[in-house]
Amino acid sequence: MSDFLKIEGLKAQIDADGTPKEILKGLDLTIPKGEVHAIMGPNGSGKSTLSYVLAGREDYEVTGGSAHFKGQDLLELEPEERAALGVFLAFQSPVELPGVNNANFLRTAVNAVRKARGEEELDAVSFLKLAREETARLSMSGEMLKRAVNVGFSGGEKKRNEVLQMRLLKPSLAILDETDSGLDIDALRIVADGVNSLRGPDFSSLVITHHQRLLDYIVPDRVHVMAHGRIIHSGGPEVATLLEKQGYKQFLEAAA
Amino acid sequence: MPAVSETREAVEKLAKSNYEWGFETNVEMDLAPKGLNEDIVRLISARKKEPQWMLEWRLKAFRAWQEMSEPNWAKIKHPPIDYQDAHYFAQPKKKPGPKSLDEVDPELLKTYEKLGIPLHEQEMLAGVEGAGQKTPVAVDAVFDSVSVATTFRKTLAEAGVIFCPISEAIIEHPELVKKYLGTVVPVADNFFSALNSAVFTDGSFVYVPKGVRCPMELSTYFRINARNTGQFERTLIIAEDQATVSYLEGCTAPQRDENQLHAAVVELVAMEDAFIKYSTVQNWYPGDENGKGGIYNFVTKRGICKGDRARISWTQVETGSAITWKYPSCILAGKGSVGEFYSVAVTNGHQQADTGTKMIHLAPDTRSTIVAKTISAGKSDSTYRGLVRMQPKARNGRNFTQCDSLLIGNQCGAHTVPYIESRNMSARVEHEATTSKISEDQLFYCRSRGFSEEEAVGLIVNGFCREVLKELPMEFAVEAQKLLQISLEGSVG
Repeated sequence: MSDFLKIEGLKAQIDADGTPKEILKGLDLTIPKGEVHAIMGPNGSGKSTLSYVLAGREDYEVTGGSAHFKGQDLLELEPEERAALGVFLAFQSPVELPGVNNANFLRTAVNAVRKARGEEELDAVSFLKLAREETARLSMSGEMLKRAVNVGFSGGEKKRNEVLQMRLLKPSLAILDETDSGLDIDALRIVADGVNSLRGPDFSSLVITHHQRLLDYIVPDRVHVMAHGRIIHSGGPEVATLLEKQGYKQFLEAAA
Repeated sequence: MPAVSETREAVEKLAKSNYEWGFETNVEMDLAPKGLNEDIVRLISARKKEPQWMLEWRLKAFRAWQEMSEPNWAKIKHPPIDYQDAHYFAQPKKKPGPKSLDEVDPELLKTYEKLGIPLHEQEMLAGVEGAGQKTPVAVDAVFDSVSVATTFRKTLAEAGVIFCPISEAIIEHPELVKKYLGTVVPVADNFFSALNSAVFTDGSFVYVPKGVRCPMELSTYFRINARNTGQFERTLIIAEDQATVSYLEGCTAPQRDENQLHAAVVELVAMEDAFIKYSTVQNWYPGDENGKGGIYNFVTKRGICKGDRARISWTQVETGSAITWKYPSCILAGKGSVGEFYSVAVTNGHQQADTGTKMIHLAPDTRSTIVAKTISAGKSDSTYRGLVRMQPKARNGRNFTQCDSLLIGNQCGAHTVPYIESRNMSARVEHEATTSKISEDQLFYCRSRGFSEEEAVGLIVNGFCREVLKELPMEFAVEAQKLLQISLEGSVG
């Protein structure tokens, strides 16, 4: 099963003030096991929609095509079932949960996923040890475990918190939706390291970004250019460099 | 939009999930005939072997009640209550005076066990002997109007604390009862307090003498069990100078068809530097999916900080009942005294809650804090109604009020009705209110991390209530968290 994630002809729409608006218009994408792929594309091309549809957000209605992960029909599963299967979405705008203790949230999430995967649940002590190691690795203050989830976090802290969650949940497919936005260069390096150290034969990732900068640190196996709800070009890491230099114009024209 | 209709379906499906603790205990009952008149009042008093003064007190209350009419200012609706169509006295038939749990009807114990009430014999006995028990809890169990078992009495007695059924206190400690009963909530304070005063059958009495810190948390479990018996609890707690006591009250009730009236009265008296903490977790039957058959809960709870620097703290988690009408209040009469009210009120299905507090500042430097969290789901309606009054002598009085409402779904309502009356220029009253909905974003975020929809709601709601839950004693806080989740099962929106 080399095709880990296989998306074929995927179409999805959202309700825009009563009228359906198609955003994904027949998207094809395959990510083999162990590979890291990047998607780049202009604003409004449907990158975030793709990430939401893969993670199972209900506001989007899938109208055509398919998405399989580890041979399972992803679109049939509830969001929490997808999480258990190994799908993780690092949100572009992480959501605040007032009053919900971050450590408690993380532990409950980790154990929900472990339980669903048939693994042993972590007790409070071993979880805290693990969480402390991981926060240190991401240069996060231990204080952040005591605070409410994302409440009062700076943009950079929120992004690190996403990467922290990813590392604790140990996904086999991590979708990073503009995780680099709002990060300074040091933070970017730390976040990239957090992703890179997970790379291995059982870890695939879909990195959505606007900038080549992130891809200097997380070097992708493939780069896809997305526009108008479709992948219009795919190539090696050099595509990112080309985009950074020349913009999307030539790809858009070629696809038109 | 498909998401919305699906959500609605989910709500409707799960709202039908049965009341988890709805079962009935089969114990022989000793019932008074239906109806309410002077003879019934006399019968209750006679059955309780009460002294003459108590009977006269009741009769006075009954006559006052006859002159009064039901209050109609609360934002609640219900069919008229026929006060003549209920039994006012029900008592499980029992062997004379159970001295220990061995003698208690095993059916009762089974019921408690189902409820998860830690009235387990072993545990309790171990506690009595102090064998590695961490936080002992004394339980005065009220089973349909009659206290069946009281544990830990000895330990408490050694500390000088009196903790017993109020019916017993009337006989054993008449001087204390006479001195304080009806002083905080006068007999004719309101329609329901007058009714309670006339017909109350039991409740708890606590007296903590000067300088004594009560050695354990006191708790009482109320259940309503007999068909059509009104439940009229009467609780009186007195903390003398520098005394401290924490009282827990937890309620669950079995499922039934007809509405049941509950009109309790709780009075707290805190003298100089005394501290009374009163915590409630209430989970009475809220009615079926059509809103039929739930408990009507009309409660008068009031405490007075009589002495300087006295402090009274009310914490409540209200998840049950078809109707909740309840305003635990503090009269701050002592200089520098403190009143607190922390509340979580959850309504789901067809429940209606009109609840809040009153903080009456009479003396200088008095302070009060109100934190009220309201969660409405299903087709329920919830109102926070709070009064803060600064009397002319309340120099430098301070109040802070925070009311937050959380809505789940689009068929429920939440209302905040603050009454602020300040008659002193130096007093400061602050009121903050927010209303929010559990957002799809929050739900999706949690679910994408592996939480089921219900776990996600539970998590978000518990976060919303955190400020209140942390005020509860530890063992109660855990129970309350579970209860919040159970109460909101299927209410995702």
